[in-house]
Amino acid sequence: MKHPALRWERVSEYALVGVTVLVAAIFAAVAPGFLSLQNMVNIALSIAVTGILAVGMTVVMVTGGIDLGVGSVIALTGVAAAMSAEATGSAVVVPLVVALGTGVATGLVNGTLVAYLRVPAFVATLAMLTAARGLAFLISGGRSHGDLPDHFGWLGRSVIGGIPAPVLAMVVVMFGGAFVLRRTVFGRHAYGVGGNVEAAWLAGINTRFVVWLVYVLNGLLAGLGGLTLASRLGAGVPSAGVQYELDVIAACVVGGTSLTGGRGTVAGTLSGTVFIGVLTNGLNLANVDPYVQKIALGLVIVVAVIGDQLGRGDSAAGRPGT
Amino acid sequence: MDLSARSLTRRYPGVLALDGVDADFKGGEIHAVVGENGAGKSTLMRLLSGAAIPDQGTLLIDGTPVRFDSPHAAHARGVRMIHQELALVPELTVADNIVLGSEPASHGVISRRRQAVVARRALDRLGQRDLDVDVPIGSLSLASQQMAEIAKAMVHQASVLILDEPTAILSHDETAVLLALLQQLRADGVAIVFVSHRLDEVFQVADRITVLRDGQLISSSSATAVSRPEVVRQMVGRELAETFPEPSAVVGAEVLRISGVQSGIVRDASLTVRAGEIVALAGLVGAGRTELVRAIFGAAPLEAGTMTLRQHPYRPRSPRDAIAAGVALIPEDRKRQALNLIASTRDNMILATLDAVADHGVVRPREEAAAVAHWIDALSIRASSPDQPVRLLSGGNQQKVVVARWMLANCSVLLFDEPTRGVDVGAKAEIYALMRRLTGQGAAIVMISSELPEALGMADRVVVMRGGRTVGEVARQDATADHVARLILGEDRAA
Repeated sequence: MKHPALRWERVSEYALVGVTVLVAAIFAAVAPGFLSLQNMVNIALSIAVTGILAVGMTVVMVTGGIDLGVGSVIALTGVAAAMSAEATGSAVVVPLVVALGTGVATGLVNGTLVAYLRVPAFVATLAMLTAARGLAFLISGGRSHGDLPDHFGWLGRSVIGGIPAPVLAMVVVMFGGAFVLRRTVFGRHAYGVGGNVEAAWLAGINTRFVVWLVYVLNGLLAGLGGLTLASRLGAGVPSAGVQYELDVIAACVVGGTSLTGGRGTVAGTLSGTVFIGVLTNGLNLANVDPYVQKIALGLVIVVAVIGDQLGRGDSAAGRPGT
Repeated sequence: MDLSARSLTRRYPGVLALDGVDADFKGGEIHAVVGENGAGKSTLMRLLSGAAIPDQGTLLIDGTPVRFDSPHAAHARGVRMIHQELALVPELTVADNIVLGSEPASHGVISRRRQAVVARRALDRLGQRDLDVDVPIGSLSLASQQMAEIAKAMVHQASVLILDEPTAILSHDETAVLLALLQQLRADGVAIVFVSHRLDEVFQVADRITVLRDGQLISSSSATAVSRPEVVRQMVGRELAETFPEPSAVVGAEVLRISGVQSGIVRDASLTVRAGEIVALAGLVGAGRTELVRAIFGAAPLEAGTMTLRQHPYRPRSPRDAIAAGVALIPEDRKRQALNLIASTRDNMILATLDAVADHGVVRPREEAAAVAHWIDALSIRASSPDQPVRLLSGGNQQKVVVARWMLANCSVLLFDEPTRGVDVGAKAEIYALMRRLTGQGAAIVMISSELPEALGMADRVVVMRGGRTVGEVARQDATADHVARLILGEDRAA
């Protein structure tokens, strides 16, 4: 049976990779140095933290949720990790445990609010956006904490086999995220909940627990992202990560994750993250005005979402987007 | 003003919902439209009010052809429908709602004073002098909300008023008020189209009665020219055209017993089902049948009463509990309640039983594929592959996907809510055969059906619900359409 929506989905799956290659080819022609190995590494490094966070966001969005608070949470977890390293002299174990633990704690709060207290995800995580930022400034006394043990940079600055550690961390997280979504019962339930929560509940799925766990997992990855960023910056900075949530959501959406839930893959999110990284890097090298860059990114997001809506192919008459 | 329908025809996928219907709705006349669920009443109302467009046929206003391609277009010609689900904004006041869409305003600024006057006048005209226009409409009783909705239609100068089962939500006294109001509007020259299942009301107020059955016009006659038994016979008097499979030869032990169940609109329901048996739940929409099976499935709270499953107390607190006990619900609205439409056939089939094909939470793809393939084959599900999006399957195949889900979960008490809704004729026969195959293997089935021939043809016993109560049970050999229809309509006492 011919079905326009199906064909469109097939097209949009591969379109992004094609568009990325096309855009890269244009930059290669106009921006000297774009194709150099060093620049490729730069691009990879520039998307690493976003990529880690985007995996968590994808899982959240698959269930029909959203997390607006990740930017603040990475500042909080980064500050907490740096301060714990300062206080104990531990460069690896203590800051790692503190960062992940702090991230999970924010995830527990978000998950409990959304899944069990029925606060809309937009509102719960908007509250987290401001509260986590406030907390980051409060515990840090409003200043950066950079008096750190020598090896604190292990996650942010080391290079293994020519590949920066944050990029390796992103790759590991991407594989892990893809495995969880594709191969685990929990991941498949997440799609079920996002696709039709009532049907999932009537199929015996503990829908609230699935939603709760999604936010906890997302918090864990925000903790990892926060530590990676602090480690790279060489300091816990309370003002770090501002507006990261928007970059992360943009990467997911451009990669085909649906804001209404039920659809999204880590592979798509990776493509979205890479595309935005390539676009930003190329526009920089081509000396395009940063203000114009922002406009271009806005256009990209809108075009991607139009594609998502067309892909649904079941537009309710007269009903605007929500 | 007169509104006429000429050979109105409307198809939906798999069904001919309305087939060449002619009808004349005259100003100053109350015209009742009656028929079983699925007879085409709703479709006719939708076509008359612009909510749907006919495939063939025309509408005439005072003999001039008109075309309504939206409710808005019908409103512009004075044709308005009052839906069962009232179209009100609960947070706005009564006055706000009554003038909604025709606010008295100058340069876009609403005059609240004039709007209150307009609303007051409309309500007074309907005899609703006690109804406050300044309270949020959501805080009023359904009856008052309905009055406000009718007032709204009057403010918009409706000359044809279509009411879809307006008394279904009303108490006895409220119904009397509404019927008196309809008679008053008739005296004012309004053409009233009145859909109701309650024949006593119909015969009390209607001037003309139109009977629909299977999308066709059966009769349209003056209310004084037909009798109640005649109308009932015309409503249900259909030949049992479909052939139904034979009941199971062996009926086993009692599997499910419920008694005195209360849940939401279910006030007092009792029934038993044995292994190998199909018990049909017959009744009107709103009789509490869906609510009852939802309570059995743990999807609605049990407020009173007891349930036993295989001689053990059974009290599921969630669908999860019910499924674990082997009870499954195949809901009426597949698309909203059973399927994840953006997912594949496989994902939908395996949704409830991923744990069974997983090891420590990790799905084993080979086992999953084998389990899914087995049931695609066993139930002859026509999908191009397990990866095919479930929304691209036909209604009958979608239904089989839902059944397969419960087969995978080893459920043996199956609650089918309108199993053949939105399914074409060929697939119906397949679903009937499937249900009988399941009872042959010892399953116990409760089937809600609003189609009498289906209920009579499939059931070992028919249990009738009315007004939230189980009001009668008829064995297969005694189940005639006439007998069951009387129980459904509450005509057993009246006749």
